[in-house]
Amino acid sequence: MEDQAGTGGAVAEIPGAALQIGEFSLASRLVVGTGKYATYSEMARCLDASGTDCVTVAVRRERLLNAAGENILDHLDTTRYTLLPNTAGCFTADDAVRVARLGRELLRDLGNPGSEWVKLEVLGDQKTLLPDPVGTLAATERLVADGFTVLVYTSDDPVVAKRLKDLGAASVMPAGSPIGSGQGILNANSLRICLEYLKDGDPGYPVIVDAGVGTASDVAAAMELGVDGVLLNTAIAHAADPLRMARAMRAACEAGHEAFLAGRIPRKRYATASSPEDGRIGGSTT
Amino acid sequence: MSSKSIGGEIIVTVNGTDHQLPSGSTAHDLVASLGLEGRPVAVELNEHVVPRVELPGRVLHQDDRLEIVTLVGGG
Repeated sequence: MEDQAGTGGAVAEIPGAALQIGEFSLASRLVVGTGKYATYSEMARCLDASGTDCVTVAVRRERLLNAAGENILDHLDTTRYTLLPNTAGCFTADDAVRVARLGRELLRDLGNPGSEWVKLEVLGDQKTLLPDPVGTLAATERLVADGFTVLVYTSDDPVVAKRLKDLGAASVMPAGSPIGSGQGILNANSLRICLEYLKDGDPGYPVIVDAGVGTASDVAAAMELGVDGVLLNTAIAHAADPLRMARAMRAACEAGHEAFLAGRIPRKRYATASSPEDGRIGGSTT
Repeated sequence: MSSKSIGGEIIVTVNGTDHQLPSGSTAHDLVASLGLEGRPVAVELNEHVVPRVELPGRVLHQDDRLEIVTLVGGG
């Protein structure tokens, strides 16, 4: 009774083994953010250690005074990583659409394939950074109509998740817990229902847990539920040893995905011995 | 802000701050005057993106609002 979902035998891997999102094919199931690192060189080392081939970036006003400083692009190999521009910090659909279009222009200039997709965030509340579902739905519809491959940050609400997919989102990305909170997966049950709804009749539809990861076991737990990938940033960037945590995240993502494919045993209340019952010493022979 | 140009100058808003430019300046002239030519920036004029190749042909007008953005670290 305790764990009827998420059990029940091995799962056939979708052929190709890469994370497929619309026209985009990624080798790693980990998408890593580029914010909050102490230095750009530390960021570059951590991205390398994480094994990712897709990194998120934000769009912000250029400094008009003293603009000659370092740019993140001086430290990102744009031939190695597909950049995924986000609309972080937008609280209206209008702002999110504007930022998405600016990100597209920036990436087209760079010749990076990431110009044609966007990580859409429309936030509803400064304190929680939880998504505004109404604005998120509106912006998804507009960006899909504008030709974007939309990867959309949302809550773990299965009904909203399904609506976003129906509007044409290429990937729905439920939060495990609030952005940067490090609380991991707070509602595995909701995520399971999201997965069931989003993959119903469409098992290859990519679902990515975006936000909330605190440590490696959170990534493994998410992947074991059957999500296709995990997007994280703070858990690496603010770890006491970011480089070591980047390695841990890579291993956890692979371990969790393998465990999902392998099919975990059901949970049972009582013990089942691993060693044979027969042939123990001291008893009477039968 | 006055809506008239004064002495062959116009005032436009760039990233929320007023900038004075000679009348007839283009979006490209503005980017160059800020030392951003060749830098990874995108330009939005009155809430519409202006592709880089169109910047030299886009003449600015009094009270135009521009955003000049770049990529930064983010999650």
